[in-house]
Amino acid sequence: MTDVAIAGVGMHPWGKWGRNFVEYGVHAARAALADAGVAWPDVDLVVGGETVRNGYGGYVAGATFAQALGWNGARVATSYAACATGAQALDTARARILAGLSDVALVVGADTTPKGFLAPNAGERWDDPDWLRFRLLGMTNPAYFALYARRRMDLYGATPADFAAVKVKNARHGLHNPNARYRKEVAAEDVLASAVVADPLHLLDICATSDGAAAVVLTSLEYARAHRLADPVRVRAISTVTPTFPNAVLDMPNLSTDPAGSAQPGWSSPVETRTFKESIGHAAYEEAGIGPEDVDLAEVYDLSTALELDWMEDLGLCKRGEAEALLRAGDTTIGGRIPVNPSGGLACFGEAVPAQALAQVCELTWQLRGQAEGRQVEGARVGITANQGLFGHGSSVILSR
Amino acid sequence: MTDTSPAIDGWFTTGPEPALVGSRCTTCASTFFPPTAGFCRNPACDGQEFAATELSRRGRVWSYTDAQYQPPPPYIPRSDPYEPFALAAVELPEGIVVLGQVADGYGVADLAVGREVELVVETLYADEAGERTIWRWKPVENPVVEPVETEEADQ
Ligand SMILES: [Zn+2]
Repeated sequence: MTDVAIAGVGMHPWGKWGRNFVEYGVHAARAALADAGVAWPDVDLVVGGETVRNGYGGYVAGATFAQALGWNGARVATSYAACATGAQALDTARARILAGLSDVALVVGADTTPKGFLAPNAGERWDDPDWLRFRLLGMTNPAYFALYARRRMDLYGATPADFAAVKVKNARHGLHNPNARYRKEVAAEDVLASAVVADPLHLLDICATSDGAAAVVLTSLEYARAHRLADPVRVRAISTVTPTFPNAVLDMPNLSTDPAGSAQPGWSSPVETRTFKESIGHAAYEEAGIGPEDVDLAEVYDLSTALELDWMEDLGLCKRGEAEALLRAGDTTIGGRIPVNPSGGLACFGEAVPAQALAQVCELTWQLRGQAEGRQVEGARVGITANQGLFGHGSSVILSR
Repeated sequence: MTDTSPAIDGWFTTGPEPALVGSRCTTCASTFFPPTAGFCRNPACDGQEFAATELSRRGRVWSYTDAQYQPPPPYIPRSDPYEPFALAAVELPEGIVVLGQVADGYGVADLAVGREVELVVETLYADEAGERTIWRWKPVENPVVEPVETEEADQ
């Protein structure tokens, strides 16, 4: 049995507030502790999601949050895994709890994003692919998202109208989410009339960057039982696997892939039949001992509208090339067969990197408890998250009731 | 005094038949691009020696897009006002997918997944010292179908 209990969750609303990330983190942490009914002095482990945009305090985020809440002697850790940071922080907390070394862990991620366009750090860095992709190619993040989107069009017959429909759906899902930054209906025509950033993606197909924070109080099942949490939402799996060689799908910020199957006979390289993104979800299913057919809802990383469709297939929610059919049939809308991004997703939140994977876990928790007011997936028992970050990071978390 | 030289050293050759320069592991024969040194990324190989090797000049489009807004620095725009350009990820026979800008005069309308393209070298930007060049992918107008090739590009 490797389950742990989610005793409490909390968030600071996403937005462009322009305040210190610690303020958001403390807000989310206090909300999660209150939700759990756990007093701060009882927390014996704090794990922070590192933010790389906020100086030294961001590099030691775990300690920064612990100090802000008032030193209580808890153990501390800080995780960084790009967009998967929150899941890795959660995994760290889970490991100590399952080892019997901690009873109550507080996991917090928070970020303040700069105004304007995200660009690489200053200076000439000829050995950094993240710098070189801009210098040599002018290859921005949306351009990578556009490559994946265009493949769906040429291989599976997806259309810009399909991508717009994802935005329309997610905007509607997020309408009543008090933590969402954008709470406004969007029409397909609005998406298609917005400027093309990187063909075929329009401005409204691409997510923004936001300030925000999310926190989770994780405990052992024994602790939950002893503290009157009779039927807590459980963490069934946390996958943070890395790719296997050869990683043959082009990933941001790389300029190229590994050579697929080029090794000489006699040199066995692991035969991987799954792509990296497929393997992220697969490892989560294996750990939970369930399959895609058992899942009631999914929170996936819609950095672009088209990426949501990729993730549905990567998680095995449908076969390759079938995501558009599910979307068009309303299967991924709340009330449909397998609602995707009932929170509104990144389309309604914008990305706050170290908080985002935790925000997905918060949403699943509310959904599985039946507390997702205005966006509830009725009768949800099992939920899955998915995301991918730079440099071989990614995560998938499975929760169940 | 100005000259023309690659925007980055050692990644591609110039001349009438330019090519990308990869690194071939002398132990397991895995070929990497951009050029690499020090250690082989094949987990089954502990090789540390690489031989520079020219990659195939032709490949097939894995996907493509364009940059309709001027990318931020360190990108150096070639013109003022900015002119959008197309980008393509191209799958080479070596099994590597390599990103590149698309040759001058071609846009997304000229591309499709599976279309054959050929490597050319063109000007990326100019500075005080002269023109800085880069590899680009150019759609093949009249694809030469090799006798062994029976599969047509999936348009
Ligand atoms: Zn090797």
